[in-house]
Amino acid sequence: MLAYLLRRVLYALPIMLGVALVCFALVHLAPGDPLVSILPPDASTQLQEQLRALYGFDRSYPEQFAGWVWRALQGDLGTSIATNRPVSAEVFKAVGNTLRLAALATLIGFVLGGLFGFVAGYFQNSWLDKLASFTSVLGVSVPHYWLGMVLVIIFSSQLMWLPASGAGPGGSDGWRWDLEHLKHMLLPALTMSVIPMGIIARTVRALVADILAQEFVVGLKAKGLTDLGILKHVVKNAAPTALAVMGLQLGYLLGGSILIETVFAWPGTGFLLNSAIFQRDLPLLQGTILVLAMFFVVLNLLVDVIQTVLDPRIARS
Amino acid sequence: MTMNVPVMPAATPDTASPGYWLTVWRRLKKDRVAMGACGVILLLLAMALLGSGLAPQDPYASSMMTRLKPIGHPGHLLGTDELGRDMLSRLMVGARLSLFMGITPVVCAFVIGALIGITAGYAGGALNTAIMRVIDVFYAFPSVLLAIALSGALGAGITNSLISLTVVFIPPIARVAESVTTQIRGRDFVEAARASGANAFTIVRVHVLGNVLGPVFVYATSLIAVSMILASGLSFLGLGVKPPEPEWGLMLNTLRTAIYTQPWIAALPGVMIFCTSIAFNLLSDGLRSAMEVKQ
Repeated sequence: MLAYLLRRVLYALPIMLGVALVCFALVHLAPGDPLVSILPPDASTQLQEQLRALYGFDRSYPEQFAGWVWRALQGDLGTSIATNRPVSAEVFKAVGNTLRLAALATLIGFVLGGLFGFVAGYFQNSWLDKLASFTSVLGVSVPHYWLGMVLVIIFSSQLMWLPASGAGPGGSDGWRWDLEHLKHMLLPALTMSVIPMGIIARTVRALVADILAQEFVVGLKAKGLTDLGILKHVVKNAAPTALAVMGLQLGYLLGGSILIETVFAWPGTGFLLNSAIFQRDLPLLQGTILVLAMFFVVLNLLVDVIQTVLDPRIARS
Repeated sequence: MTMNVPVMPAATPDTASPGYWLTVWRRLKKDRVAMGACGVILLLLAMALLGSGLAPQDPYASSMMTRLKPIGHPGHLLGTDELGRDMLSRLMVGARLSLFMGITPVVCAFVIGALIGITAGYAGGALNTAIMRVIDVFYAFPSVLLAIALSGALGAGITNSLISLTVVFIPPIARVAESVTTQIRGRDFVEAARASGANAFTIVRVHVLGNVLGPVFVYATSLIAVSMILASGLSFLGLGVKPPEPEWGLMLNTLRTAIYTQPWIAALPGVMIFCTSIAFNLLSDGLRSAMEVKQ
């Protein structure tokens, strides 16, 4: 198993390098001068050259890439062109906000999706199954940014129960686990949870149906094991895969939160990405994408490792 | 918004008389949910083709006097938007751009992804490893992030959105194509064809394509729903279609300011996206079960 895990970690390294290369190339795909957003239109050639050298845009691409990766490894992602603050500080503050939101959403999605999927798989082809399956189709089909708007219309504009946007009275700073802050978090987290709910429900339904059809379950039934006892076996067999899907969903939500964060003005990475794009703040854009993508790669790796530890059959295959 | 690559067994062509595709069609015809979804999609396609002829009013004609009128306002069945344009007409004409933006990337990615996947799967060895490692790198990005990052870097516009969505959908399609091709390649009939002297091109054309395209096609149809949501999402962010063109995602964006005055009008374009995406998901589910049944 150790050899398998080691191979898995080694395999992730070139992927990480590739991801970094894509993030780097992305910014140089952008048409126009990367400094266009801060240069006054009448800037002298001398000033242009100075700024170019300051941001390192005067060196060759391989040099720039190597330097960027080297500094990124030390936690330095450069300076934001728009705000003149270090990119890493901005990104990590935003990652905290997004992670909190995504974690709550994944939790809600996992509990509801797991429940729906389990019921659907256990009572296959009953009306309960059809209802749960249809709900999961709705979950994967809904444009979540629209769902966010509808929830705001219902709970903020009509009923006036919950705030429509923002992270709380203190803005993006000063998060506390109190009622006021949780109220701000509820709508975006609910909106976000719909996607993992649909996917986890589908996965769990297939898993449960699959396990129930296996010979050992029939054997256990024949030996007279109670329904509750069989249920325990089903849960134990379905858990590793379901947990793995949940882990990956957390990664997808972290990277895919931009639309929901825009709807709710949630001060996370999506919001940061949005402003980086529209202000053409290339170092910020590059840094945010890199951190999110790396998060996803590491999360994938962690999920694989945990799954292997929970279920040693994987390493053997 | 994920694209879990399912493990799909290669479709086994029905050798019994009526032919594989006819059998699939017969099975699909019995599936009421899938046929209903098919009907909705045909309706939407008809709207996309004929919408500008059928629309009761000019979707671009704005009027400051009739801004944000409620649903059922005389002359405006579904009310008016923030510039006084007729909502019903804009929703109908909007079908064209919205469906175009959602379906085109999947079609392009289907062609390119299948080509890459079949090449990698059939070639095997070092070429397979090289191609699939590059695919893995792109697959390491969450799809929404990659789509937004790419169109953000390239700049707003229809072409750039289409390019970035195509790039997002190539890796998952290539993965499915590669795994099915690798399965087919090990089958006896491919071995037999090779032994009887068929060259690689003939084997791919006759034996591989026929068996691989089916499962890849089913997988690609399941991506259309994702693509519709993402394409409208790009426009919603201001990265896709530009005003004043009618497109559902963009309409949702410009109507966001009206959620306190005319909330239900503001929500209308999203209903269209939702319905389209449900219909494609249900049709894709029906196709999957109609095509995967083995004798």
